[in-house]
Amino acid sequence: MTPQMAEPILQVQAISLSFKGVKAINDLSFSVRRGEICALIGPNGAGKSSLLNILNGVYRPDSGEVVFEREHFRGIHPLEAARRGIGRTFQNNALFKKMTVLDNLLTGLSRHTQSGFFAQALGLPRARHEARQFRERAENILEFLELQPWRSVAVGKLAYGQQKRVELGRALIAEPRLLLLDEPMAGMNAEEKHEMSRFILDINRDLGTTVVLIEHDIKVVMGLSNHVVVLDYGRKVGDGTPTEVQSNPEVISAYLGTVH
Amino acid sequence: MNQHSHSLPASYDAAPLELTRRAWPWPLLTLLLVAFVLIPVLGDDYWLNAILIPFLILSLAGLGLNLLTGYTGQTSVGAAGFMAVGAFATYSLLLRVPGLPLPLALVGGGIIAAGVGFVFGIPSNRIKGFYLMVTTLAAQFFLEWVFTKFPWFYNYASSGTISAPRLELFGYDLHSPLGRYLLVLTSVVLLTWIAVNLVRSQIGRNWMAIRDMDTAAAVIGISVDRHKRLAFAVSSFYLGVAGALWAFAYLGTASASSFDINRSFQILFIIIIGGMGSIAGNFIGAAFISLLPLLLNQIGQGLLSGMVDAGQLQNLQKIIFGMLIIWFLVKEPEGLIRLLANLGERLKAWPLRF
Amino acid sequence: MTFFLETLIGGLLAGTMYSLVALGFVLIYKASGVFNFAQGAMLLFAALTFVSLQEQGLPFALALILTVVVMALGAILIERTVLRPLVNRSQITLFMATLGLSFVIEGLAQGLMGAQVRALDLGIEDVPLFWGDVMVSQFDLVAAATAALVVTVLALLFNRTRIGVSLRAVADDTRAALSIGINLNRIWQIVWAVAGILGLVAGLLWGARQGVQFSLSLVVLKALPVLIIGGFTSIGGAIVGGLIVGAAENLAEVYIGPYIGGGITPWFAYVLAIVFLYIRPAGLFGEPAIERV
Repeated sequence: MTPQMAEPILQVQAISLSFKGVKAINDLSFSVRRGEICALIGPNGAGKSSLLNILNGVYRPDSGEVVFEREHFRGIHPLEAARRGIGRTFQNNALFKKMTVLDNLLTGLSRHTQSGFFAQALGLPRARHEARQFRERAENILEFLELQPWRSVAVGKLAYGQQKRVELGRALIAEPRLLLLDEPMAGMNAEEKHEMSRFILDINRDLGTTVVLIEHDIKVVMGLSNHVVVLDYGRKVGDGTPTEVQSNPEVISAYLGTVH
Repeated sequence: MNQHSHSLPASYDAAPLELTRRAWPWPLLTLLLVAFVLIPVLGDDYWLNAILIPFLILSLAGLGLNLLTGYTGQTSVGAAGFMAVGAFATYSLLLRVPGLPLPLALVGGGIIAAGVGFVFGIPSNRIKGFYLMVTTLAAQFFLEWVFTKFPWFYNYASSGTISAPRLELFGYDLHSPLGRYLLVLTSVVLLTWIAVNLVRSQIGRNWMAIRDMDTAAAVIGISVDRHKRLAFAVSSFYLGVAGALWAFAYLGTASASSFDINRSFQILFIIIIGGMGSIAGNFIGAAFISLLPLLLNQIGQGLLSGMVDAGQLQNLQKIIFGMLIIWFLVKEPEGLIRLLANLGERLKAWPLRF
Repeated sequence: MTFFLETLIGGLLAGTMYSLVALGFVLIYKASGVFNFAQGAMLLFAALTFVSLQEQGLPFALALILTVVVMALGAILIERTVLRPLVNRSQITLFMATLGLSFVIEGLAQGLMGAQVRALDLGIEDVPLFWGDVMVSQFDLVAAATAALVVTVLALLFNRTRIGVSLRAVADDTRAALSIGINLNRIWQIVWAVAGILGLVAGLLWGARQGVQFSLSLVVLKALPVLIIGGFTSIGGAIVGGLIVGAAENLAEVYIGPYIGGGITPWFAYVLAIVFLYIRPAGLFGEPAIERV
């Protein structure tokens, strides 16, 4: 199953967004095929995070549309995005700091909860059964991301790299069809980056999850993704396979040239 | 992985009322045994009336506020307003629905309070932080006004007060201190059990997620607005039952002024001192709040007898209270419960040092 | 129509008092991010100190100066014992600390200076004035003029003096202000002292009307809706908000009150504030926060 052949799961169509008159994203279009790992690259302020925020409904674009699984959205509500299977992690970790690692993972299952208020309040068998099922799913994630030793530790006390993993787990536990990762390897050393890349590849291969990620480290991007979109000042300046993008002169001058 | 299953809600393991499924919770059973058997046998009327009953009811009110403020992160300074709703609603039910058993009247009062809480929680979808806190103050003043201005609520009594028309269960009169104590104790134990279930359930996790970061909560699929309103409603249910018990099982006769803003502050202090986001903390905070005045009185009479009058003692009490609040916020922001937990850790570690 | 105007003007004049209290709030909030619930207690303390000093036979001016000194010392003490240890803690924590602080100040005020109602005579005669048919209280007019004067002096201080400039720097960007060497602790002390002095002015004007007593500290509850309407961070908002609340409260009591049982002033301003909030979640003049994730 080569992603290049698959149908698009996500299409960004002529999206524009501005803050107080400053254009963050300018008439941006591209599409992401089902099953691929798509990297968004570009200098700081290129509009990458803003784009992710539009994709899962934190921001509403001024114009343009997002097509996710053939459904058209102008502005989607974050809840609706989550319900349709869009998972997300944030640049500066948006974890629930006072809660344990396990509880943080379990919050990812909120929209899958079936048992009602009274079942949970009175600890009825239905709710207990569901709690056990959720617990098992969480344990699987803990095992997969090698987080078991920190199961009962408050997330705020973990190292930054571990927090990034917890956040990935929280998105993953809900079994999203599209996973948006905002700089999942920021602030990590080479070894941690390697580990995180392996997790992302495993998720993509084993679960078939489509991944859109933002990453600055070009080496990581080239090794990880099969599709790269380059942004600069809110415009698209490159779109293709890693090799294609690398040889694109406009990309080199806009991004690769200036950073390295 | 199974050896961990019993510690599923691992973040609240400081709670002495924790109901574990695997092991017998001996400390909890002992506590219940003492509360239901030993105290009724040994306790005298003064202890029941002046200490245990108010302590238990304040714990319950603290629990209610803690669900909203400590667990969901929505600061409220209108707790007493919802207590008033519970008290006046229960009174109306007892008075106007003939033959309604007392427990149902209490639950009914709680449900009505929950409804009012739900309504005052509606603005929480747009209004946050201090701004939301001010809307809870609006609830406090508005409700106080309603229960003063409309005589229907106190059955046109010229005094403007309410007292329970009947306090009985299955033909047993509950007017004695012991009867009222057992009524309060049973209510508190049942509602605490439900609260423990709730905070360990998916609902409780959603509440805490909203408290810690509400934008992230929405992104991962938690319906933030709905859960905030739910927290307002559940919290007000607890406060409503606590209010009814306060009026009829403790005071005997109450009026809107029994639930003024100072009561709201008192409940808020209970959860600050006891511990935000801790079930057991409410009990410790309430014990502290209800015992401190008694203690200060004793000291005042013993050490400073004659030198200090009652008014000055009250001022002194206020100063000490205020300083304690600040001290707690500076030194132990997680409240007495954290202090006790640390102490427990140290005691456990103590023999190992030798 | 005359009656309507009288009600409106009476409300607006009373509103200047609310503005004065709200202003103390806004100053402290802007400079230190603290929602100062103790503002009412500070007001009570200042008024009681002044009255007590006057009762000792001190002349007006001396009593006033001494009270200002006491409030400044109090501000330094508060900064040392409450604000400094709680620096970098959440806003809710700081708010709760000021709740504790209000207990301490109230207890101290009444413990040291007694709880009975004290008469306060500022020498302003309260004879009604007539503007055409419209009757206006002379006292209210003088009070409003005093409030306006205080606000003007404050505005001049902030715009023309070094301290004022550093204060605005802190309010705009605390970290940047720190990096250019502004002493944050000193700024806090000054701001709390100024808020105390604003409390003194408001306390005296209010106390002269209804006696200096405990209920003065409840003024803080009046100021909250004002802040909501005006926004926590806007001085102009505090002033306009105070006027709106004062006028609306008076009009509502007269024109709506009779239909629903009267005595609606304790909560009417709050309901008004909620309606405002629903339309403008950060107040009329406050800046809506952009949520960043």
